[in-house]
Amino acid sequence: MKREIRVRTEYSIAAAFGLFILLALFLKWPVGQDMARNFYEFSLRMILLVPGIFILIGILDVWVPKEAIQKHIGEDSGVKGMLYVVLLAFFQGGPLYVAFPVAHLLWKKGCSVRNIFVYIGSFSALKVPMVMFEISFLGWRFSLLRAAVSLPVFLLVAEFMARFVRRRGFAMSRM
Amino acid sequence: MGKDNYILIAVALVVLISTIADRSKTWEGVKRGASMLRNLLPQFLLLIVLVSVFLGLISRDTLAHLLGQESGALGVLIAAGLGSVALIPGPVAFPLAGMLLERGVPYAVLAVFVTTLMMVGVVTFPVEREYLGTQTALLRNLLSLAGALFVGMVMGALL
Repeated sequence: MKREIRVRTEYSIAAAFGLFILLALFLKWPVGQDMARNFYEFSLRMILLVPGIFILIGILDVWVPKEAIQKHIGEDSGVKGMLYVVLLAFFQGGPLYVAFPVAHLLWKKGCSVRNIFVYIGSFSALKVPMVMFEISFLGWRFSLLRAAVSLPVFLLVAEFMARFVRRRGFAMSRM
Repeated sequence: MGKDNYILIAVALVVLISTIADRSKTWEGVKRGASMLRNLLPQFLLLIVLVSVFLGLISRDTLAHLLGQESGALGVLIAAGLGSVALIPGPVAFPLAGMLLERGVPYAVLAVFVTTLMMVGVVTFPVEREYLGTQTALLRNLLSLAGALFVGMVMGALL
């Protein structure tokens, strides 16, 4: 229900904008003409790129065996386990708050404290579906560099978090 | 636009290879992608409308002043604040960043915006607290904010 209301509001705003633009074009109001030009340019680019990227993400989603990866993140999985956690995060979609339930699931399956935070950190540093959008709209150089810089930074944050939390005797709630 | 063509060629290649490997799996993937797109469609539309209005009202000079090269630390702080508070899905956020890039917003500012958007969650803090506890969640967000600012600084220096 809540989503329906939100979607209706979003469409209403878009419709109001459409009417405003028509009026502005009719009256040759410069600010409105400017907005119309922006709208035309932006939507053209989006229509060209966005559906293709979503198809790419969908196909990726089908081919990457996430369940199989999850199986390899046992208690004493060491560096290999960490790599798998990073890999798992890379192919996971969705916003940050989706990462917490998954992290909780990993915790219940015996994932180490450090790997929990490695998961959360790499989840936001580099996600393949998001990288496709990033490359399309911000370019290769930006995306590669941001991934290369932010991954070590957030692995460091994960290490720090793990130490902080171990000292205090960590237990993820919502057990 | 050459860059856009490469993306489309890549999509076509992946679809082709995937179809050769497994036709029904490919179709399943296309359907998944389509349903993701359908779910986000109103938000895409709203984004284009809001950005068109915003950039129509704000002159290039004002934008450059707030977020551009000469804004310095102010631009980075605005980007960090917006990125921490906003709840924009990545597929919508990157086109937004791309539009700002075309208007001359520097890479460092965009990197901070994009990274805080993904790492720091003010609005989602209540959810995070339930899983991690208040102190841990607070520390994680603060460290992530610092990390994002660092990433922005490095990228600003390199790009």
